[in-house]
Amino acid sequence: MSVLTSVILTALVVGVVGLIVGFLLVTAGEKFKVEVDEKEVAIRAELPGNNCGGCGYPGCDGLAAAIAKGEAPANACPVGGAKVGAKISEILGVEAAATKKMVAFVRCSGDCDTALDKCNYLGIKDCRAAAVVPGRGAKHCVKGCKGFGSCVSVCQFDAIHVVNGIAVVDRNKCVGCGKCVATCPNGLIVLIPDDAKYVVQCNSQDKGKAVKEACSAGCLGCTACTKQCEFGAITMNGNVAVIDQDKCQKCGKCAEKCPAKIIRER
Amino acid sequence: MSEMVLVLIGAALVNNVVLSQFYGLCPFLGVSKQVKTAASMGVAVIFVITIASAVASLIYDLVLTPLDLQFLQTIVFILVIAGLVQFVEMFLKKSSPALYQSLGVYLPLITTNCAVLGVALTNVQKEYSFATSVVNGIGTSVGFTIAIVILAGIREKMENNNIIAPLKGMPIVLFTAALMAIAFNGFSGLI
Repeated sequence: MSVLTSVILTALVVGVVGLIVGFLLVTAGEKFKVEVDEKEVAIRAELPGNNCGGCGYPGCDGLAAAIAKGEAPANACPVGGAKVGAKISEILGVEAAATKKMVAFVRCSGDCDTALDKCNYLGIKDCRAAAVVPGRGAKHCVKGCKGFGSCVSVCQFDAIHVVNGIAVVDRNKCVGCGKCVATCPNGLIVLIPDDAKYVVQCNSQDKGKAVKEACSAGCLGCTACTKQCEFGAITMNGNVAVIDQDKCQKCGKCAEKCPAKIIRER
Repeated sequence: MSEMVLVLIGAALVNNVVLSQFYGLCPFLGVSKQVKTAASMGVAVIFVITIASAVASLIYDLVLTPLDLQFLQTIVFILVIAGLVQFVEMFLKKSSPALYQSLGVYLPLITTNCAVLGVALTNVQKEYSFATSVVNGIGTSVGFTIAIVILAGIREKMENNNIIAPLKGMPIVLFTAALMAIAFNGFSGLI
């Protein structure tokens, strides 16, 4: 058999088998057609389609089914935010509930200039791997950003990058899906309202002296800010201050008084 | 006749597809949480493998061999298997949406279940006749069903046990599977 005939035969056999299978499937598809909720299809069309899982459902299809059934609120998609929420509310015929845009925020300011190294880390360049080895990475501060960018690798929106040894969120690109929050082995990343003005950029639970030895930009746990705040928005979580963004009135007195200058204006 | 019985028992127990050949581990571990879904997965796999080995054997004997195109076996078999799985998926979606939900992503994954392709290729390799191929397919898929149902039964019991933290979830399941494989080793003297 010449090469040409065998090539033609090959194409014919595969093509014919494919055609037969396709034809049978189309026939079966007609016969076993399942009525899908029209709403579900319409909602699915409005969802972003990233399948990031930020809503807690398996992909956009799962969320669309849940919204159509009334198991999830219309604004459950953190990526689409208020815009998509409003459109879906329209489909469902209910009033749109206001959603606050949430963005990821890295609670650490220990970059290459401020945080000191205690060793030369030669292990796997991944935060999750570094977090389980004895010593937990190169930096003195074990609670700080390791800077290997595990969060960068899970971000589907190109919104987080390692700059000068520390993860930095691009607020314009961040959609608040929460993937990085779940990935960071130190639990450094939290979702805060996009309009939050003052933030505590440290997560160290060490005492003041130990913090100073490890990093020149760390919360000393002095509690000066909690005394300053008139609205009771700042509390101490162990040795680190935490701002309740719902209570914060954005007066900025805490940032003025902070001796370590880690309460910062964004 | 006795040859058929030997092929059947050999495929189901002695050369168990999961426990001694390590085919189809993904659904074996993924869908073995409840006996009921495991059994339905088993039935779906029996259906797909039996028909796939029949169709694959027919195509090989009647189309590929006369045309001297044996090298096409893998790609044509994959095509047929993918079509079959699509069909099973449609059928289940229509007839039993609850089962469709509980099988989830593992149903379309039967396509990539190497046990299916494995059986079709083994049939060709061992030059089984059409009838023997079908029997081998039934035996293999019954073996898969036996293994997955037993594992699901053990996992259901294990839910109530106090398992130490490092072994919770997948690790203890893998240990269980390993012990089952050793147990199935006992069948090796049967034939």
